[in-house]
Amino acid sequence: MPQNEYIEAHIKKHGRRLDHDERKRKREAREGHRISKDAQNLTGFRAKMFAKKRYAEKVAMKKKIREHEQSKVNGTPKEHNPEDGDALPTYLLDRQQPNSAKALSSSIKQKRLEKADKFSVPLPKVRGISEEEMFKVLKSGKRRNKSWKRMITKHTFVGEGFTRRPVKLERIIRPSALRQKKANVTHPELGVTVHLPILGVKKNPQSPMYTQLGVLTRGTIIEVNVSELGLVTAGGKVVWGKYAQITNEPDRDGCVNAVLLV
Amino acid sequence: MATLLPPPSKKQKRLAQEPKDLDLIPEDLPNVLVRFQASDTGENTGGSVRVPGAATEKQLEMLLNQLQETNDDPTPYTFSVIKGEGDEQTLIDITDNIWASILKPGHKSTEDQLTIVYTPRAVFKVKNITRSTAAIPGHGSTILTTQFAPHTSSRMVSGSGDFTARIWDCDTQTPMHTLKGHSNWVLCVAWSPDGKMIATGSMDNTICIWDAVKGTQIGKPLKGHTKWITGMSWEPLHKVKEGHVPRLASSSKDGTVRIWDIGAGTYLRTMAGHRSAVTCVKWGGIGFLYSASHDKTVKVWDPESGRLQHNLTAHGHWVNHIALSTDYALRTGGFDHDTTRKDFKASDTELRTKALEKFNKLANTSGRISERMVTASDDFTMFLWEPEKSTKPLCRMTGHQKAVNHVTFSPDGRYLASASFDNSIKLWDGRDGKFVTTFRGHVASVYQCAWSSDCRLMVSCSKDTTLKVWDVRTKKLLSDLPGHADEVFAVDWSVDGNKVASGGKDKMIRLWSH
Repeated sequence: MPQNEYIEAHIKKHGRRLDHDERKRKREAREGHRISKDAQNLTGFRAKMFAKKRYAEKVAMKKKIREHEQSKVNGTPKEHNPEDGDALPTYLLDRQQPNSAKALSSSIKQKRLEKADKFSVPLPKVRGISEEEMFKVLKSGKRRNKSWKRMITKHTFVGEGFTRRPVKLERIIRPSALRQKKANVTHPELGVTVHLPILGVKKNPQSPMYTQLGVLTRGTIIEVNVSELGLVTAGGKVVWGKYAQITNEPDRDGCVNAVLLV
Repeated sequence: MATLLPPPSKKQKRLAQEPKDLDLIPEDLPNVLVRFQASDTGENTGGSVRVPGAATEKQLEMLLNQLQETNDDPTPYTFSVIKGEGDEQTLIDITDNIWASILKPGHKSTEDQLTIVYTPRAVFKVKNITRSTAAIPGHGSTILTTQFAPHTSSRMVSGSGDFTARIWDCDTQTPMHTLKGHSNWVLCVAWSPDGKMIATGSMDNTICIWDAVKGTQIGKPLKGHTKWITGMSWEPLHKVKEGHVPRLASSSKDGTVRIWDIGAGTYLRTMAGHRSAVTCVKWGGIGFLYSASHDKTVKVWDPESGRLQHNLTAHGHWVNHIALSTDYALRTGGFDHDTTRKDFKASDTELRTKALEKFNKLANTSGRISERMVTASDDFTMFLWEPEKSTKPLCRMTGHQKAVNHVTFSPDGRYLASASFDNSIKLWDGRDGKFVTTFRGHVASVYQCAWSSDCRLMVSCSKDTTLKVWDVRTKKLLSDLPGHADEVFAVDWSVDGNKVASGGKDKMIRLWSH
């Protein structure tokens, strides 16, 4: 047994031999000859195994060819195949189904059935952000000698109806240019991305204070409004809030990208 | 800080100032002259009677029972008043008392003689279903259709995507028989009105007939259709000739309707007139066979000769479903809520005469046997027809905002409910097609609905995984039944009203009870 991936390591280090591609091509070109030779000469168990494998390959090939031929002949969509997909009642058979919400809801249920780890998130670890990086010190006072005011340098989510406090009392400023209301949320199983409104910041891994301030950094768990996806709970109610984790650094990209936690 | 409400606008102030109508009955209300008329036979009961103008429904009921000398065993009735003459005749329901329903809105004055049409209500009462008594696994794939037996609520059959149909014992909530024989999804099931046979139609283009008691296959699969079966309907029991087994009509995606002889295992007639897939077939009780199709037409056939009688064209898109006002009588044959007891025994002849009696009673409107039909379509509308009388529709029912998938008449033919993909169910008057109300509550497409046999309740199943029970009288949601883990495709209410069965994408049969 190889103890390490030393072959890959060697290839990485020294490259392949110069005639590697040509040798490969030649070997592939002679593949038919080798199979023919094996088919004629192998005996015993090895012959059995060889025949079995070859038979399976031929069946697969024939199936594929037939499929191609049929698709060329009628050009219609595939017949309802009993083996794959879910059965449909007669009244839904000939209808185009907008499938997304359905796939979403059933995949979520599937997940629940599998009892996947509830607390695992796509980004378990993030880089720590120091207070110096997060806050910029603002000078205030007539002589500009007071420095108790801070301004957040990261993007933030500020809830609707927020009013700034009087200047005298406002210790931490969340710049309005860095405020975000919507996030590009990706559904991991479907691979679709939707622009959804943010409902709140649930957890910033850096510190609970940042959670309170609504700071959006990589790894932050946010709640998004998924009502337009049309998900339904087991009780038949429309789901509208769901959690998502931010996957990018919003202050570098100027937008919030997140992945839905399902 | 608490939010302050804005001060009322001028309009609001003005409205608040205006005198309000009180539902008080004026004290000087004179007596009115009324005459009772039976809704089925059209005959008058008693002569003209003077009643107080404020007489309530209950009082009228007592009076009528007295006139008919059924005081010791009173029958509940609903009342409506005839307005207009001849063709413009309409019925106005008395919901509370005569004053509030008739006199105050100005339909009639106290000077007129009122002709009150009475319809007996079901004497038994189905209890509201509130809980799931069982979730029975067993099917290996999506459940596509369910139906209760016509003669008992302890048997139910379901068809599934795992190529089998199953007969369930609903008393013990266990499977009884697995009907294996198809090589593709079982799309539709139909229990014969004599309760002895079950027909299953499949995606593999065949129909199988099964013995409902033993669970064994009768004869060979019926082959003939070239595409899958979309619907089936048994011959009404009162039309079956003495000593014969009922015949079966089937519709298929291939655009034909076939009539099968079960004994011989062959088809007797092929009705090929539709230019596209046939979606639904119904065998009516007055000697017509109705079929709806994707080619926008509804065709009326004579099942004996296989000849086309009428071609009803009014829809602008696919026709999805047909319901008949007599569906309940046709489905249950000679049985009713009372004969669903275990010890009930009746010969074929008895059942047949009883079925005819029941059909005549249900189809009898103002002294004439008639069958109304309603068709639901992808053009968001429904049409009400009376094919025997005219090829023109009686009424066009508009209001849905998406395709209408399913329509059902209430067992007494008084109301009809339509389930649509626009998340709502609408209730219409089954006699003239007038809009009654909308049931909102589902958050996704409603697939099917089923009536309780006393016509007071209705259950609907939806894509949003729930069943909902609606009260027809108060026009409100009565109970919300979550439980399924995925879309619910099929629902049915048993004939005696004790159980509801549903099945769907989560592969579970669920039984519901009060």
